[in-house]
Amino acid sequence: MMGFLWFWLVAVMIVGYVVLDGFDLGVGVLHMFLMRTEAERKAALASIGPVWDGNEVWLLAGGGTLYFAFPLLYASAFSGFYLPLMIVLWLLILRGVSLEMRNHIDVGVWRSLLDGVFGFSSALLTIFFGAALANVLRGVPINADGYFFLPLWTNWQPGVSPGILDWYTVIGGLVAFTALTLHGALWLALKTSGDLEQRARNVVSPLWLILVSLTIVSLFATIAVRPASMDNYFNYPVTFVIPAGVIASLIGVWLWNRKGEPLKAFLASCLYLFFMLAGACWGLYPVLLPATTGSANDITLTRAISGPHTLAVGLAWWIFGMILAIGYEVFVYSRFKGKADAAASGH
Amino acid sequence: MNAEIIHRLHFAFTVTYHYLFPQLTMGLALLIVVIKTVALRTGSEVWDRAARFWGRIFGINFIMGVVTGIPMEFQFGTNWARFSRLSGGVIGQPLAMEGVFSFFLESAFLGLFLYGEKRISPRLHWFSAFMVWLGSWISGFFIIVTDAWMQHPVGYTRALDGHFEMLSFWQLLLNPWAIFQYMHNMTGAVITGAFVMSAVGAFYLLEGHSEEYGRIFLKVGVIAGVISSILIIFPTGDLAGKYVAQNQPAAIAAMEGLFSSQVGAPIVLMGQPNEETGQIDNPIVVNDVLSFLIYGTTKAEVKGLDQFPRDQWPTALPLLFYAYHIMAGLGTWFVLLMLVSAFLLWRGRLATSRWVLWALLLSFPLPYIANTAGWMTAELGRQPWLIYGLMRTSEGFSDTVSASNGLFTLLGFMGLYTLLGLLFTVLVYREIDVGPEPKIAGAAVHAD
Ligand code: HDD
Ligand code: HEM
Ligand code: HEM
Repeated sequence: MMGFLWFWLVAVMIVGYVVLDGFDLGVGVLHMFLMRTEAERKAALASIGPVWDGNEVWLLAGGGTLYFAFPLLYASAFSGFYLPLMIVLWLLILRGVSLEMRNHIDVGVWRSLLDGVFGFSSALLTIFFGAALANVLRGVPINADGYFFLPLWTNWQPGVSPGILDWYTVIGGLVAFTALTLHGALWLALKTSGDLEQRARNVVSPLWLILVSLTIVSLFATIAVRPASMDNYFNYPVTFVIPAGVIASLIGVWLWNRKGEPLKAFLASCLYLFFMLAGACWGLYPVLLPATTGSANDITLTRAISGPHTLAVGLAWWIFGMILAIGYEVFVYSRFKGKADAAASGH
Repeated sequence: MNAEIIHRLHFAFTVTYHYLFPQLTMGLALLIVVIKTVALRTGSEVWDRAARFWGRIFGINFIMGVVTGIPMEFQFGTNWARFSRLSGGVIGQPLAMEGVFSFFLESAFLGLFLYGEKRISPRLHWFSAFMVWLGSWISGFFIIVTDAWMQHPVGYTRALDGHFEMLSFWQLLLNPWAIFQYMHNMTGAVITGAFVMSAVGAFYLLEGHSEEYGRIFLKVGVIAGVISSILIIFPTGDLAGKYVAQNQPAAIAAMEGLFSSQVGAPIVLMGQPNEETGQIDNPIVVNDVLSFLIYGTTKAEVKGLDQFPRDQWPTALPLLFYAYHIMAGLGTWFVLLMLVSAFLLWRGRLATSRWVLWALLLSFPLPYIANTAGWMTAELGRQPWLIYGLMRTSEGFSDTVSASNGLFTLLGFMGLYTLLGLLFTVLVYREIDVGPEPKIAGAAVHAD
């Protein structure tokens, strides 16, 4: 019971991270080609400036929660994905610094450099996050001790000893890249005005078409790479509402964007991300990290979970703390609601 | 180089670099609250601008703390996997609590503080400064709890397979080691904030630029500086020494350079510990003082390193000895300088005492050195243990991550952090150069 609960609590934090940090990553991807003037860049950045760090905290808090609830998983996955995680860290560093420091610089050349770094690191991060999730779905070569170590790539085939990147995980990366870019575009349509708003709305349709095709491809690829992903769905057919939700939210994005209702379109995109991730988690449950070396080596919920006292105490402060945290976030978002004004950004 | 050394260097380098920023964040956050309070009470626009000025510097510093903090959180898993697997159920708890209770709070209210001044009332703006301070000090608490458990494990049981389970949440949070460490460490952070603020004040007065603000900064900085410099030695530093002496006797012997047990043990003010001969070279010592400092009587016996098997001596003994002496030596300098400055401030002569201003200006790097040296004392003193008395450092690193992969990413961090350091220095220097006056083009604020 505790296991089930903590599995979904960690999942909630991951979803929270993707939905929230997702839009500011998407704004980053679009930063280089959608925004044309300094005023537009400023407006776009002003829309994420006050909130992006809080969004990123979902990743940290999620990581910390994973650490104490499932120490074995944390230890095994973090050391196994050593190189890509370090690259993700470097990208997060570059992104955070370029995003904040550009406001303190008024030399055009340096500003352009930081803009470039911001766009580039945001784009790569979305791809890495997608590939990371795909790695978890595909499985990794865990040994009997519970550890593994993955190189960045081997022969690009998902097999017993794959690399971080193979054709399957690259698809995962592209899905995330497209989905988050779309998510960012919807955010800009909601928070900016004038030409930029219009351009943001226009870019939604092509992105949407790509996303729909990639979503379908990734679904079939997942079934091909790990057929067991479907077991839970067939055992509990009612859970087919999850893929139904994916389809419905995609339709919502399209329709509401056409009708010029950016808030609803953005929320539909949040739901899309939610259903995709929930679907992936449900496909795994109760495995946390499947082994390509045979299911005896899988890192499962029961194998990784902490002791009952740790979890009971954890639950008490977790609920309390997350209510507070959500309270602050709601408060901040409500203070900055409406269109962002670029003038306020020059702190 | 073997993997153990690489992983230790990896963690030590990144955490030492990280801590350069939070110490200023935590110290400055308190001083900004002080300045904001004066501004709110008096309605003074000058104090408000002073707060905004430090807010800008705070923002740059904070972001450095954020981006260098994220790798810390990850490295428990990436570089210390075997340690994390066994201890995650205990220390993962305070680490996660840090995220949930402080990072959310800090980031939310910092966003409001920096971007929202026009959208919220002055009271709410003051409140957001206060919450940023609170968040940063809560963050410090949880991280210290984590560290304290490694120094002095409490409230746990150990299962048959070797992993640790939490037995008592309150014992973990109220670990006596965490309490004194927190007080001492936060005082150290206030020292950094106070010295940086005084140095900027001194710079403005010496330069004849933004002098009105220079006086404010000196006043706030020196008052905070004199209080914190005294508190760092007594009671907090004294308490730290006594705790270490009781609980990590080999560490204190190495810190003090005491090779053989002695009644009426002397304190070594300077010298070089020589591990081969078991002596201090070129010693300057004062007899009986160490016994007195630890036990309150000159007659007490202090255990020397000869009481411990060689494999329980701290591994980097000379470095530990120097780190400790640098910290304590600088602590003495801080008290002297701040007492003189406070006296002059009280007599109204500080702003014209050029040599004291120069001393304040040049001293701003020293708290960084003292804080780093303090952490080196704590961490090197814990060696060869990762969890004191329970798990050795050699049992904790990720043995599936090879030395060469570790070196690759260590070099990556070194390169990246060098660039960040340059960028940071340039940006902070620019803010100081521009000064607190608003830079409205054409508003011709003619200099006197
Ligand atoms: C401005 C910084 C500063 C100054 C002037 C001092 N300290 Fe310190 N000290 C720290 C900043 C610091 C620190 C960075 O905050 C440490 C590292 C871990 C900790 O909790 O505090 C520390 C650790 C530390 C330890 C090791 C605790 C452990 O092993 O966990 C001892 C025994 C002392 N201190 C004692 C002193 C004494 C006797 C001082 C007298 C002058 C002193 N410190 C000045
Ligand atoms: C919660 C706070 C901290 C924790 C949990 C922590 C934990 C660790 C760990 C796991 C290691 C590697 C194992 C070892 O070599 O002992 C380490 C080493 C080290 N840490 Fe800390 N640390 C913390 C804070 C700090 C800070 C703030 C600093 C410095 C500013 C610091 C300085 C060092 C140094 C210098 C080493 C290297 C020790 C050696 O090589 O023997 N630590 N610490
Ligand atoms: C192993 C040790 C450490 C870890 C894992 C760690 C983790 C982190 C992380 C993830 C952040 C970014 C938070 C955000 O996104 O808002 C951060 C920032 C911060 N850390 Fe650390 N940290 C460590 C050592 C320390 C120590 C020893 C202190 C102080 C006692 C400290 C105090 C802070 C503070 C106050 C911040 C806020 C940002 C800033 O001040 O610049 N940290 N830390």
